[in-house]
Amino acid sequence: MSSKYDYKQLGLMSGLEIHQQLDTKEKLFCGCPTTLRDVEDSNFEFFRYLRPTRSEMGEVDRAAAEEAMLTKQFVYKAYDTTCLVENDEEPPRELNPEALNLTLQIAKLMNMDPFDEVFTMRKIVIDGSNTSGFQRTVLVSTGGYIETSQGKVGVGVLCLEEDAAQRVEDKVDSVIYSLDRQGIPLVEIGTDPDIVSPAHAREVAETIGMLLRSTGRVKRGLGTIRQDVNISIARGARVEIKGVQALDLIETIVEQEVERQVNLLDIMEKLQSNNASVPGDIVNVTNLFNQTQSKVIKKALKRGVVLALDLPGFAGQVGREIQPGRRLGTEFSDYAKKSGVGGIFHTDELPAYGITEQDVDTVREAVGARDGDCVILVADLEDRAQGALQMVVERARLALKGIPEETRRGLPDGNSAYMRPLPGAARMYPETDVPSEVITRDMLDSIELPELLPERKARYMEELGLNEELAGIVASKHLELFEKIITEVPGINPTLVASAFDNGKHSALDTPYIDSTLVASTLVNTLTKLRRESELTHDFDIDEVESHHYVDLFKLIVSGGAAKEVIPVLLIEIAQNPEKDIEDIAKKMGLGQKRIEDIERSVENIINQRIDFVKEQGIGAVGPLMGEVMKEFRGSVPGKILSNILKEKIEARLNSSE
Amino acid sequence: MTVEEGDSVLVKQGNRTFNGVLMPSITDNAVIKLINGYNVGFDPGNVTMELAEKKQDVQAATVELPPHDPDLPNVSILSTGGTIASKVDYRTGAVTSQFTAEDILLAIPELTKIANYNARVCYSILSENMQPEYWVRLAEEVYNEIKAGAAGVIITHGTDTMMYTAAALAFMIETPVPVVFVGSQRSADRPSSDNAMNAICAAKVATSDIAGVTVVMHGTTSDDFCHIHKATKVRKMHTSRRDAFQSINSRPLGRVDYPSGKITTYLDHARRGEKELAINSNIEPRCTLIKYTTGASPETLLFASANYKGIVIEGTGLGHVSTEWVPYIKRTTKAGIPVVMTSQCLSGRVCDRVYDTGRDILKAGVIEGEDMMPEVALVKLMWALGQTRDIDEVRKIMTTDMAGEITRSSRT
Ligand SMILES: [Zn+2]
Repeated sequence: MSSKYDYKQLGLMSGLEIHQQLDTKEKLFCGCPTTLRDVEDSNFEFFRYLRPTRSEMGEVDRAAAEEAMLTKQFVYKAYDTTCLVENDEEPPRELNPEALNLTLQIAKLMNMDPFDEVFTMRKIVIDGSNTSGFQRTVLVSTGGYIETSQGKVGVGVLCLEEDAAQRVEDKVDSVIYSLDRQGIPLVEIGTDPDIVSPAHAREVAETIGMLLRSTGRVKRGLGTIRQDVNISIARGARVEIKGVQALDLIETIVEQEVERQVNLLDIMEKLQSNNASVPGDIVNVTNLFNQTQSKVIKKALKRGVVLALDLPGFAGQVGREIQPGRRLGTEFSDYAKKSGVGGIFHTDELPAYGITEQDVDTVREAVGARDGDCVILVADLEDRAQGALQMVVERARLALKGIPEETRRGLPDGNSAYMRPLPGAARMYPETDVPSEVITRDMLDSIELPELLPERKARYMEELGLNEELAGIVASKHLELFEKIITEVPGINPTLVASAFDNGKHSALDTPYIDSTLVASTLVNTLTKLRRESELTHDFDIDEVESHHYVDLFKLIVSGGAAKEVIPVLLIEIAQNPEKDIEDIAKKMGLGQKRIEDIERSVENIINQRIDFVKEQGIGAVGPLMGEVMKEFRGSVPGKILSNILKEKIEARLNSSE
Repeated sequence: MTVEEGDSVLVKQGNRTFNGVLMPSITDNAVIKLINGYNVGFDPGNVTMELAEKKQDVQAATVELPPHDPDLPNVSILSTGGTIASKVDYRTGAVTSQFTAEDILLAIPELTKIANYNARVCYSILSENMQPEYWVRLAEEVYNEIKAGAAGVIITHGTDTMMYTAAALAFMIETPVPVVFVGSQRSADRPSSDNAMNAICAAKVATSDIAGVTVVMHGTTSDDFCHIHKATKVRKMHTSRRDAFQSINSRPLGRVDYPSGKITTYLDHARRGEKELAINSNIEPRCTLIKYTTGASPETLLFASANYKGIVIEGTGLGHVSTEWVPYIKRTTKAGIPVVMTSQCLSGRVCDRVYDTGRDILKAGVIEGEDMMPEVALVKLMWALGQTRDIDEVRKIMTTDMAGEITRSSRT
């Protein structure tokens, strides 16, 4: 990729912070399952307020202060899968040993030597995302590294912590959170600022993601891994961009943040040479808009005011693009929105929005603006508008000095928007309800390193004969279940499988023999189809099928108790009756190997009777013949099975006759 | 130079150096609070430690309290060890309980809009270490505060034994002003603590028209209102929930909405200024509460009668013990030791006239505890024996409502 900038020369420093949910049976500090729920399934709701605890030091954290300014009510949605620990109504249980063990394994993968004793700490977070007002977090190790194409990248931090509650809805004076996510174990991995380019950032994120997935015990899917990116250039400032969910975005995020910092530095120089300043006088210009044609302003004026702020020397700079589609004015607007306004107007983009040239002239006159000044306008309730312009004053003053240190929210297009000032040093104190854990040499030695994903994929291709795509998906997504099936179901011996493949063709209809490709493709293809179907029809919930069901299912197929064609039908049946015995289900459905052989014979008979038609129509004969086949079995066999067999038999006949 | 807890130290492990503050440890490991705030432990055999800087006493920031407001009532806060304010030192992670008026008001500034305060530490003990003798001193201190003009008294108390102390004060003091017990179920050092809301609601009650001893604690798991409970009808019914305190055999006296502070009452109550201030704090602490369980040997009672001056039994159902116990009860009451029957059902009234066993128990001289909770009956028996040694007098006191502990009609 050709890049716009010489990142080395710009002095790019970047580090990643990766949060990955662990797929443990229970949460980090209680016995609840780590399953996410639909908010509609919430069976209980309560609300709280949080207040910052007084500190001995008397210092107030800038970010915490901004948060505390808003005295919000926090509403929590609870479920039949959450308990009093999530509600902050019961002390936490001991640190989940499964999660600690997995974290130690991850430490080993990152070449770390964990501390000899680790402590659960309370990290103050008062935005309501933790019912307690703090997040419980354990620093397990520091000083690791991973290998990359650009050399080693330091892994400075490995923490085990509880995930926060999910923000469901923001209202004016309350925030709704869902408690299903709170307490799910999470590892936080922080790299040193050793990343040298946007592409390198992506590589580092991919490598860490691969190492984590290699354990086979991390959560998958949207929202289970979250990436924060720290970026600065030599003359810029450290900016933390939060909540990057897609790996593909990391590279763009870094590129566009560099672009932003370069442009903001350039704006700073222009402003300085223009002798720009920010006196900060806010003028009420409501009466100038009595006759306005602007709908936005008319609407605001029903209960509000129009306020104006003159920024001497800012003309042209406020409207300048600093990221694709975002201007300095957009940054002003991000700040202004903190006081609840919808946005701002600035004269670099006016006349527009129904605000006329004359409107602009009279406003400029009213605030005493000269050529070369930019005027900012806000129309809203008076105290909101006042607060908004004060925030603009703050941001404009920062623009004169360069780039503010900020926490920003990653946007889907690779840009970012202001969230809050960078937090100061974390305010932490011990969680006295949870005992510390001593990490012994024995514990560390007993932890085995997992086979890494690329190695495992290669092994599946070589030993089990899986094709590359199946091997890749099974190795990273269905690892545990796949391994369980192929080890516990006796008929699926990998070496036999390999030789069967050497021999080439076989038909599962002729023998009850199955191979690991069938298992893999069931997990990858059949399950995906069924999942889609279940989401559409809601007739069954495929997640009801548990690992032991799969083992039983494949055992049954190996023993000839059911044919492979009936796998989808059986899975649906199991999903609807998870407590029933699979053998009984299959017997009841009459879909054993013997029955399938009967069906095949009947289907072959029908094909024989219509052989001319089949030869004429080719595979297109399936549709017309299906009706006859269906009639023959009068609903006693699921249509899906019949059509599969019919298709297979017609294909076979066509092939043999060529 | 040796290093002590609180000193800044450098810990060297191989080629890595860690910078932090030395912390207390309960294992053999050296525990350091790192610059990033985390505590971590090192096996001292694998590291070397150097002093970086001796610990310095942090000067507490001086703070301005709002001036005495002549338009607001004066409320006294007496602390017995229950914490309603804490301070955290994020450098060392140490949490300290705060008891001065200044500290409480800094932690809960809303209180300054309700009253002027005068705060004092009466005891500094864990709730479970409370003793009946301490009730006496507390009652005297409350008496003195009211006598000195307090418009209300707030007593901060650990929640575990709050119901005993509150009941004791209800028997010991006649008060023309509110005396309000308050505590917190979730520690005051956490941003989610119930301390602030409970304290604000308690201050509202302390400045209200509700004279008498009450307990003010969260009404639900939400921060929506506190219940006001009569001191003799309240019991801690959950180990950890905010709304652990429930009125038993009674509705709560009322509620305080939060944050509005609006008070609604559900029951009749004495009004401010109706009663003369009086104290009667004599007690006989040598009383005990025995729980009858299936198969329990009467020897328990035998032991109790040899060692105590009064006995409360927590019987089954309507107030029963096995027939095997009846002769022992008789022997005890004959010896002049009052035996009061209550029920382990907690909810409902004792009635020994329904079944044969019950009638035998009555004949053996048991005093029926009506709809008193066993613990309240115990406190009351201590107080009754502080008033008289005459068993008939004791019986009269125990079956008469003295402080709202016995209701004439059981309401649903
Ligand atoms: Zn739970």
